[in-house]
Amino acid sequence: MARITVKGVAEIRGPLIIIEGISGIQMGEYLEVRLNEQSTRKGRVLAIEEEKVIILLYQGTYEIEKDEIETEFFGRTMQLFVSEDMIGRTFNSLGEPLDGLPAIYSDEFRDVNGAPINPTSRIYPRNYIETGISSIDLMNTLVRGQKIPIFTGAGLPNNQLIGQIIKQARIAEEIEGEKFAIVFGAMGLTMDDYIYFQRLFKETGTLDKVVMFTNLASDSAAEGLLTPKVALTTAEYLAFDCDYHVLAILSDITNYCQALREVSVALETVPARKGFPGYMYSDLASIYERSGIMEGSKGSVTLIANLTMPNDDITHPVPDLTGYITEGQIILDRSLHNRSIYPPIDVLESLSRLMKDGIGEGSTREDHPSLSNQLYSAYAEGLDKRKLAEVIGRKELNRRDQIFLDFADKFEEIMVNQGDVHRTMEDSLDKGWKLLTLLPKVELTKVSESEMTKYCPEEED
Amino acid sequence: MTLIEESARIVSIKGSTVQAKGLSSYRMGEITYVGEERLIGEVIAIVHDTATVQVYEPLEGLRINDPLYPTGKSLSAELGPGLLSNIFDGIQRPLDNIKNISGSGFIERGIQTNALDRQQKWVFEPRKELKKGEIIKEGDVLGKVKETESITSSVLIPPGKSGELVEIMEKGEYTVSDTVAVYKNKSGSKAELTMMHEWPVRIARPYLNKLPVSGPLITGQRIVDMFFPISKGGTAAIPGGFGTGKTVLQHQLSKWSDANVVIYIGCGERGNEMTDVLREFPKLIDPHTNNPLMDRTLLIANVSNMPVAAREASIYMGITMAEYYRDQGYNVLLTADSTSRWAEALREISGQLEEMPVESGYPAYLGARLANFYERAGQVVALGSPYREGSINITAAVSPPGGDFSEPVTANTKRFVKTFWGLDPALANRKHFPSINWQNSYSGYIEEIEEWALETGLMDWGRYRQEMLKILQKDNELEHIVELIGSKALPADEQLIILIADIIKEGFLQQNAFHPIDTFCSIEKQMKMMNLILLFHERANILIKNGCPISLINSLRTVQILKMMKEEIRNEDLTQLNKIEDHIIFDMEELGSKYGYK
Ligand SMILES: Nc1ncnc2c1ncn2[C@@H]1O[C@H](COP(=O)(O)OP(=O)(O)OP(=O)(O)O)[C@@H](O)[C@H]1O
Ligand SMILES: [Mg+2]
Repeated sequence: MARITVKGVAEIRGPLIIIEGISGIQMGEYLEVRLNEQSTRKGRVLAIEEEKVIILLYQGTYEIEKDEIETEFFGRTMQLFVSEDMIGRTFNSLGEPLDGLPAIYSDEFRDVNGAPINPTSRIYPRNYIETGISSIDLMNTLVRGQKIPIFTGAGLPNNQLIGQIIKQARIAEEIEGEKFAIVFGAMGLTMDDYIYFQRLFKETGTLDKVVMFTNLASDSAAEGLLTPKVALTTAEYLAFDCDYHVLAILSDITNYCQALREVSVALETVPARKGFPGYMYSDLASIYERSGIMEGSKGSVTLIANLTMPNDDITHPVPDLTGYITEGQIILDRSLHNRSIYPPIDVLESLSRLMKDGIGEGSTREDHPSLSNQLYSAYAEGLDKRKLAEVIGRKELNRRDQIFLDFADKFEEIMVNQGDVHRTMEDSLDKGWKLLTLLPKVELTKVSESEMTKYCPEEED
Repeated sequence: MTLIEESARIVSIKGSTVQAKGLSSYRMGEITYVGEERLIGEVIAIVHDTATVQVYEPLEGLRINDPLYPTGKSLSAELGPGLLSNIFDGIQRPLDNIKNISGSGFIERGIQTNALDRQQKWVFEPRKELKKGEIIKEGDVLGKVKETESITSSVLIPPGKSGELVEIMEKGEYTVSDTVAVYKNKSGSKAELTMMHEWPVRIARPYLNKLPVSGPLITGQRIVDMFFPISKGGTAAIPGGFGTGKTVLQHQLSKWSDANVVIYIGCGERGNEMTDVLREFPKLIDPHTNNPLMDRTLLIANVSNMPVAAREASIYMGITMAEYYRDQGYNVLLTADSTSRWAEALREISGQLEEMPVESGYPAYLGARLANFYERAGQVVALGSPYREGSINITAAVSPPGGDFSEPVTANTKRFVKTFWGLDPALANRKHFPSINWQNSYSGYIEEIEEWALETGLMDWGRYRQEMLKILQKDNELEHIVELIGSKALPADEQLIILIADIIKEGFLQQNAFHPIDTFCSIEKQMKMMNLILLFHERANILIKNGCPISLINSLRTVQILKMMKEEIRNEDLTQLNKIEDHIIFDMEELGSKYGYK
């Protein structure tokens, strides 16, 4: 397709430029604006009205000179060269190297927007991932190919949790010769966090397995709109063309959504909630849905996304829409954190939707489903009693209520507050049974008699 | 298909719509191919000489001045044998074909494929009574085809057609496009009939008349069947925040309800959830026919990252196919997950048309569109002979932002559905599933179903239901008091209410969809379970009155047994429940010997 070059723009508005009087431009077309000899900015055609072309510039419009600027349209959508050589490298959100090494050249290139996976070509994910963290493994088990966000609040140790997962989780079975890679997409990440992750990868010895795409807080926000696209294009390629088990980490979705809002405001679209555009659900889905497992390939894309809830508000559009798309969520809780419980995972509000098919006989252990149900229900009951005790005082509780309250305390102390150590699945399950001995036998209505005899340790006094 | 020679050109491209000028005719709803790739689109607005076309595929790569090709047709569904056990996208393209044609696991653009396989042969068996020269009318059954093990589908004279039968083929193998009959219409010209026909999806298929709803759709889900039931032909909404259990409940209804045909629309939801159904249903056995569940199931998948315009269409595709089976005399369950995503698609397209939004960006016609959709449910007498009654149930998930039921889609939906299963995040968080809140849910079909219960010999259905709801209601009031002063201060009979409510919640209302036994609960088992819980209450009440301390009742093993009977006793051996009855009586008499038992 022929390239078209034009000089000058009609309008500059926020991250948008509008060019008039040209024809032959494609919807979604990739383009570059030449500022001077050394520097160009990249963009995408968002809409075309007659001879008016509306363009988003990913690196912003600052210092764009209205009449002199030259824009070159490429006659195609944005593409990314992909190759296994990307592993171990660092790029910006446009796929340009930031590590001083040469750019990636490859015969393979992909449209960064991706395409929906045909549901008939998906393989339903069922292989659990042992993260070594009890409140995840036992209570909200993750599986390979799952998409799950971590809902966090400012100042909560979500990065530390991701670090622990990277350090401990076995996503590929090395013994079976499976290949593993991490694709990390940073959107509006602060320098501190960026350095944290850099160090994390170094310390966990995974640096040579990571492909980094970075958009820092100091970079243009609009560029962050590309980060998940290039990251997942790479992840898909590695997983579905090269058979890697890919752990894709995106951080932070809230920054991404803010950039999305900025662009939609400039486009004057009617907002839905809190100024965010009505199409944000579809837009987020076009990111999250790119995870999973496909027929004909041995690889998988597991997606973990950091998402900071503004004001710890889970009903805010960003966590809300995300929760409607992802396969569960891990929620960090400020009050647990304030009580120095680490990881401060809110076990009840967290959810793994794919857990049901990943656990039980033949994968984790036969007693896992009923044990976790029993723990859930007893912990929920205990938390109710804690609330009650806050009103009427602990002493006023009846004996049964006190038992449950004690159970909740112990559950948090033993199960949740595990610290930065690795627990095997077996260990987590056994700790679960141990906790159940705190309850009278008649209260155990979710576990069967035979499971009790087999797994429940005798009460010790 | 012949394309009309056209000078129509794209003049603007935005979101999921294009605008075009220079069409030879401007007709609302006309299917129009867009661009050289012939992307499928539909005319949704006309202003002077500019038509707006919503496009069912991604628009990347289109340019101003690209051509358009109107087809003269409206968005239609192909109706005939071969729909069941299949999975389609929002505009009825079989996803299997898309996979085969594109040779890739990803959905590429511009793939055109028929909904029904033109090669596959079906055994057509003509209706015996039909003779040459006979007058045939719309809706008449021309013959039968065994579509799957579960469903024999009727070949219908399409609505709007009638005349004199000239020829009808003998029993034999035909494709859906082979002629199976010839008739002479009023003007005397001959026309052919095949096993398939097309129907414009935005228009409800005609029927003779609507019937009042009667018996229930039996779902095997206790809280639904016993507390908030839905009639055959009835409508229900399932609103709930994320993770409260809408999809699981819809999967359960699709698996276990006694509908003849199930149409499951995944409208803007997860790809893996469709895959889950695709992989699981063929392995499950329909308890009502003993055939694989997939035999009666049809899936429509517009997953969340497929184009929004096709999402808007998917609902109409689904309901049209439902009407087609209804017209054959079947009870159809249509379940849509989630109508909020459909409403959002409306909103997005409305925004591209620059229409004035009324609330949260939704267009003024949101309510009207929802009303239209739910109106297509119901129990009807179909057109034509022989006499057939069929029904469509609609159960639809609603995904309110922030879980707030006052938002426009939930509020509008409430106006048009008669049953409301409000899901409660507080219940879901403590893994009380289904998380249907018994305080704010309701069913508008209680009277009809009570009548049905009496007719079928379930004499106690209404009474059990009332009694249990009363206990739950009382429990709710007590809960507020307990929150302030604790339960110790309550009188013993009120403490007993709390215990019984607890048994009802845990032992009856909670139902684990993933438990091999509990996933489906027969009506007989449901009734017996209620009977036992109420028996326990009655006996315990006497003991309490006679001064038996509540703590003794609380710690009876029967309490544990009542909570566990749902998972331990199979639908097939209900006699086991009689043993529990003995257990209750034994426990109570033992206590009674101490505290007096009269
Ligand atoms: N009846 C049930 N039995 C056991 N678990 C259930 C049941 N219903 C729901 N769940 C649990 O709740 C989780 C969430 O349910 P589901 O996916 O149906 O939620 P949803 O309301 O459809 O959410 P979303 O709006 O995000 O799609 C399930 O993955 C499952 O773990
Ligand atoms: Mg759902």
